[in-house]
Amino acid sequence: MEHTHTEQHEGGGTKEIWKVTIILTILTIVELGLGFWMMGMPLESSLRLAVKGAIVILMMVKAFYIVAYFMHLKHEIKNLIMTIVVPLALFIWFIIAFLYDGNSFKHLRNTYDPHFKEQSTIKVEKKEHNEGKHATEDEHAKPAEEKH
Amino acid sequence: MMWYFLMSDAFTFGAFLISYGTIRFSSNGWPDPNEVFKSFPFAPEGVHAPLVFVSIMTFILIISSVTMVLAVHAGHNMDKKGVVRYMIMTIIGGAMFLGCQAWEWNHLYHEGAWWGSNPFLNHDGTASSTNFTNYFFTITGFHGFHVFSGVIINIIMLIMTLTDKFEQRGHYLMIEKAGLYWHFVDLVWVFVFTCFYLI
Repeated sequence: MEHTHTEQHEGGGTKEIWKVTIILTILTIVELGLGFWMMGMPLESSLRLAVKGAIVILMMVKAFYIVAYFMHLKHEIKNLIMTIVVPLALFIWFIIAFLYDGNSFKHLRNTYDPHFKEQSTIKVEKKEHNEGKHATEDEHAKPAEEKH
Repeated sequence: MMWYFLMSDAFTFGAFLISYGTIRFSSNGWPDPNEVFKSFPFAPEGVHAPLVFVSIMTFILIISSVTMVLAVHAGHNMDKKGVVRYMIMTIIGGAMFLGCQAWEWNHLYHEGAWWGSNPFLNHDGTASSTNFTNYFFTITGFHGFHVFSGVIINIIMLIMTLTDKFEQRGHYLMIEKAGLYWHFVDLVWVFVFTCFYLI
């Protein structure tokens, strides 16, 4: 099947490769910009959620460019495109169903398991500032290494 | 056939990432990636440089993907010299990425993070479970293993090019197949990078 396309995709060439490279670079820089912007936001704000959504959309666009141009899927015959894209559409369902399930499990536990709820509200005290934090991390690290 | 193999691989990675997402959605708290991945090689202790190192890793992989396309393109034109040049660049890119990942794993290990041990706190200061490190090391490890095998495949392709195997065959289709695999590795990193480091 991969032999069939050799005649078809003469179009594009190096020019297209560089164009896609620039698009991918810009998308990554925008993603990183959004990531840096997001750092200062409050944890549960809806703006933060919106930025995360925007990052996911940019991720999908990047994936499209890699598959369509770098992997030449766009220039393949239609049957191959369908063979790849149609099964992948299952992921839409997988993602919605599983994330919904995870979220519902969280709500169930928070409602019916007081121990779980309590555990997730106890704050671990931070000692001093930077130096103290490193010390606690080392204490954590040692017993963990002994287990190995 | 490469496409069908990549489909199965895509579902494996998809299953990993969806399982990660499910667990994350079912947890009340999760560590802040900007706190966990804030270090940079050779930088002084306690430096706060979130996202910087991983963005360099991302660009290395994207650039190596571009050189791979150029190698495939040179193969189409039966340009042996071009194939050799771009394959070497791709291999160097892959090796650099692996080096970066080895440094990061080593650094996290020395901070006390490993399978079954998580020194980091949740975003809101509460204690975190080991789910975070387990998923991080499993998924980046599985991806890193793919990068490693991709580099090996590319080295084999380079040797075959240098020994004129493809010139004798009259086509460079094998380079194209290795290229598909390499782009897939890059593609997976786009998802892993977004899921673990950005959001």
